[in-house]
Amino acid sequence: MVEVRLRVNGAIESLDVEPRVSLLDALREHLGLTGTKKGCDQGACGACTVLADGERINSCLALAVQYADREITTVEGIATGGRPHPLQTAFIANDGFQCGYCTSGQLCSAIGMLAEHGAGAPSAVTEHLSTTGIELTDAEIRERMSGNLCRCGAYNGIVGAIRDVADTEPVRSEPVRSEPVRSEPVR
Amino acid sequence: MTGTRTQSPSRPETAGPVVGRPVDRLDGTPKTTGAARYSAEYPYPGIAYAALVHATIARGRITGIDTASASAVAGVLTVITHENAPAMKPPPKVSMLNLSSLASGTSVNYLNTDQVHWNGQPVAVVVAETLDAAREAAGLVRVGYEELPATVDFAAEEPNAKPQKSNAIQSGGAKKGDAQAALAAAPVSVDLRFTTPPHHHNAIEPHATTAAWDGDRLTVHEGTQNIPWVRRHLALRFDVPEKAVRVISPYVGGAFGGKTMVWPGTILTVLAARVTGRPVRMMLTREGVYRTVGGRTPSTQRMALGADADGRLTALIHTSVTQVGRVGGGPEQVTSQSRHLYDAANILVQQNQVELDMLSNTVMRAPGESIGTFALESAVDELAAELGLDPIELRMRNEPARNPIDGKRFAHRMLRESYALGAELFGWADRTPRPRSMRDGRWLVGMGVASAYHPSWQLPANVTVRLSADGTVVVRCGFHEMGMGAATAQAQIAADALGVPFEAVRVEYGDSTLPSGPGAGGSAQTASVANSLIAACEKLKRSVLALARKSGDSPLRGQRPRDVEARNGGLYRIGRPEGHDPRKGESYPTILSRAGRSEVEAAVGSDTRLGELTGQLRFMSKFMLDRRRWVKAACGAQFCEVRVDADTGEIRVSRWVGVFDVGRVINAKTASSQLRGGVVMGIGMALSEETLVDPRTGRIMNPGLAEYHVPVHADIPPIDVRYLDDPDPTMPLGLIGVGEVGITGVAGAIANAVHHATGKRVRDLPITLDKLL
Repeated sequence: MVEVRLRVNGAIESLDVEPRVSLLDALREHLGLTGTKKGCDQGACGACTVLADGERINSCLALAVQYADREITTVEGIATGGRPHPLQTAFIANDGFQCGYCTSGQLCSAIGMLAEHGAGAPSAVTEHLSTTGIELTDAEIRERMSGNLCRCGAYNGIVGAIRDVADTEPVRSEPVRSEPVRSEPVR
Repeated sequence: MTGTRTQSPSRPETAGPVVGRPVDRLDGTPKTTGAARYSAEYPYPGIAYAALVHATIARGRITGIDTASASAVAGVLTVITHENAPAMKPPPKVSMLNLSSLASGTSVNYLNTDQVHWNGQPVAVVVAETLDAAREAAGLVRVGYEELPATVDFAAEEPNAKPQKSNAIQSGGAKKGDAQAALAAAPVSVDLRFTTPPHHHNAIEPHATTAAWDGDRLTVHEGTQNIPWVRRHLALRFDVPEKAVRVISPYVGGAFGGKTMVWPGTILTVLAARVTGRPVRMMLTREGVYRTVGGRTPSTQRMALGADADGRLTALIHTSVTQVGRVGGGPEQVTSQSRHLYDAANILVQQNQVELDMLSNTVMRAPGESIGTFALESAVDELAAELGLDPIELRMRNEPARNPIDGKRFAHRMLRESYALGAELFGWADRTPRPRSMRDGRWLVGMGVASAYHPSWQLPANVTVRLSADGTVVVRCGFHEMGMGAATAQAQIAADALGVPFEAVRVEYGDSTLPSGPGAGGSAQTASVANSLIAACEKLKRSVLALARKSGDSPLRGQRPRDVEARNGGLYRIGRPEGHDPRKGESYPTILSRAGRSEVEAAVGSDTRLGELTGQLRFMSKFMLDRRRWVKAACGAQFCEVRVDADTGEIRVSRWVGVFDVGRVINAKTASSQLRGGVVMGIGMALSEETLVDPRTGRIMNPGLAEYHVPVHADIPPIDVRYLDDPDPTMPLGLIGVGEVGITGVAGAIANAVHHATGKRVRDLPITLDKLL
């Protein structure tokens, strides 16, 4: 057993886990944060996507001990001050889910993806790698979101939701900063 | 611990009927915030974790199990094998008189036998304090086998297929005239062989169970498509009364047929909890899902069509071979659509089966029609090419007025209208018929069409509706929500039936303590619940009217039910101006409070033994009567454009239009999503999905999402889904289920488009690029 201090959604959590425990299992089984989903436990489906310091990762392929003191944001932490994240609202309006099981991962992945795009990262479908200000076409969104599977086939709605938000909202990508006391999430 | 899912609307809606409107899902907030709890997500103090050990042979006997190393892993509570497992009752014999006998995934009494029946059968379950300890220990269990010869190669067994026997629900074959002779005599004909591989559902939520015993009372959290089956089956296997078992299933993380039966993981989690006296959770690994949950059978199909020179079909022959496991599974109605789609003068359809030493096959989205339409609709396209006819024109020349095989009436059939609208939306007229004639740079462009077809069903459902003195309504029915938007649709129906605002309705579902719902299968749930819900609302209105008409103070005094309608949150006389005119009627709160009632409730169906029997008899008689009178189905026209890289053979689906005849649509938003989801799964079936079985060992070789390729974002273009919204007069509210018809015809449309793009016919799914080079 090792003691790990995780910063999750603005709160600091200390837990004793075996070094082999994945970040996903630490969230779900140790912290009761079951919003992050397990779909394959081998990095193939994206259901477990969370943000680590604002970057999207597959939490099933991450060990909890590796992420000590990193800022982890899960689906439970993407709303601010009781206001849903614009993507949450847009997913509902665009019917960007059916069963809901991949949704947490899609949401976190979309937040991370918009930040990557905002930072100028190209994708496999970007025509000219030297371009600055790559246009976020639907083809770009689809390519960049392809690590998140949806078996219900809500892809059109997900792309529509991301499109709506990308077109209207400045993207919030910075991680939630934690205070060094265990308390209510701080913003 | 309560798990009953309650949904009530939070968004204000405008006045007027709500059925048909694109209302947002009621469970949108829990599903987008992570608050929705799926079956592995219920906290229990002292919970233990279970993991399975799978057999590595297809058939034989266990000669020894060494559990010493596994038991020595820190945190392991027990390793349960056939040597130490408590006895369970065996699964019941399948009987058509008791449909819940179909619940068992297999006929094997897991861990109560040393016999191995398929490669992957659970032979031990490890229970431990932590998930990691359970999984580590499961990997340390050593099993010795005496292997017996096994039959696992579908292709090799195909010649030994036997005709499927018919029963009350399914017919294995049918004929009209002499199709063989007509085919031989036809001036134009095709006689083709198609194959489709096994498929797996791959719901993103792996099967998971949380089980807790309290004495002889059992609580099970289980993502299922059939709560009553799970409850009854567990009660039977563990020898406790049914009422001692509670099944909680408010959210199901995708199912597509894969969570219809009770599979080994469920039973062994309950067993592990029984043995350890602890609450136990087991989420199958993705591989575990492939090893212990059945999938779609592979198929081979012969599809022959004969026509006269004008393209009128004289012969239609469709035969199929599919597999069942020796331990279970059922026939796949591969020829279903071929009995209904074309007005051929002579028809022969016959389904055949082989029995293998493999896990049972099971239902997967549109079992039968999804793969059957691939063969039929590809063959029609090939015949059109032989005739030099436009493939839509060929279909229209053979569109029947009555059911081709027996002359029954169609309850509803708007296939012509579907094609007309689809062709216009898609721009079919721009297609140049010759293969390889359309090109966009390096891409060969192809356009294809195919018909969609899926029978419509209705099952018994028990529903109660409660109206409170504050004018709010609670609908209670143990139905299932696995992504269809089930509660939202029923809330819309109740709101209109009782004339209350959508926001005033709350729906409770997903729990065996509620009145029994129908299984979520056969695209039947919405219609089944709607039927009972509407009846319950009628009863409720009568009860409320009875309260009012007794009162001298009520404007409804002496009114009969047929003179009164529900609107504006109360009962008002028909034919009078709309509104709250106090002389014409009164609100529910007024009626209930005057009568001193806090609530009025109405129920349809009953969960007593007698009630259940009555329900089943009523269902069977209606089912048989309906079948004598009508052919009921959803249908549609699928249009697609593909682009094929001229050098690499890479295939991209670039456009899609689907127009569906699904009767009246309850929720424009969720129904479109379901139809679209069907198309997406069909694209996977057409281009990438294939479960690979080692023909020597019967072991699945690609049990995971990295090797079994379901469509990803980049594979899916905008899918334009339309429906004709014309009510089917034989269905409740005129609605026809939309869950499955969307996948049918998809693979056919893609195969036809690929042919148009490249000139190559691929008759073996999936259509991968190697088959085009």
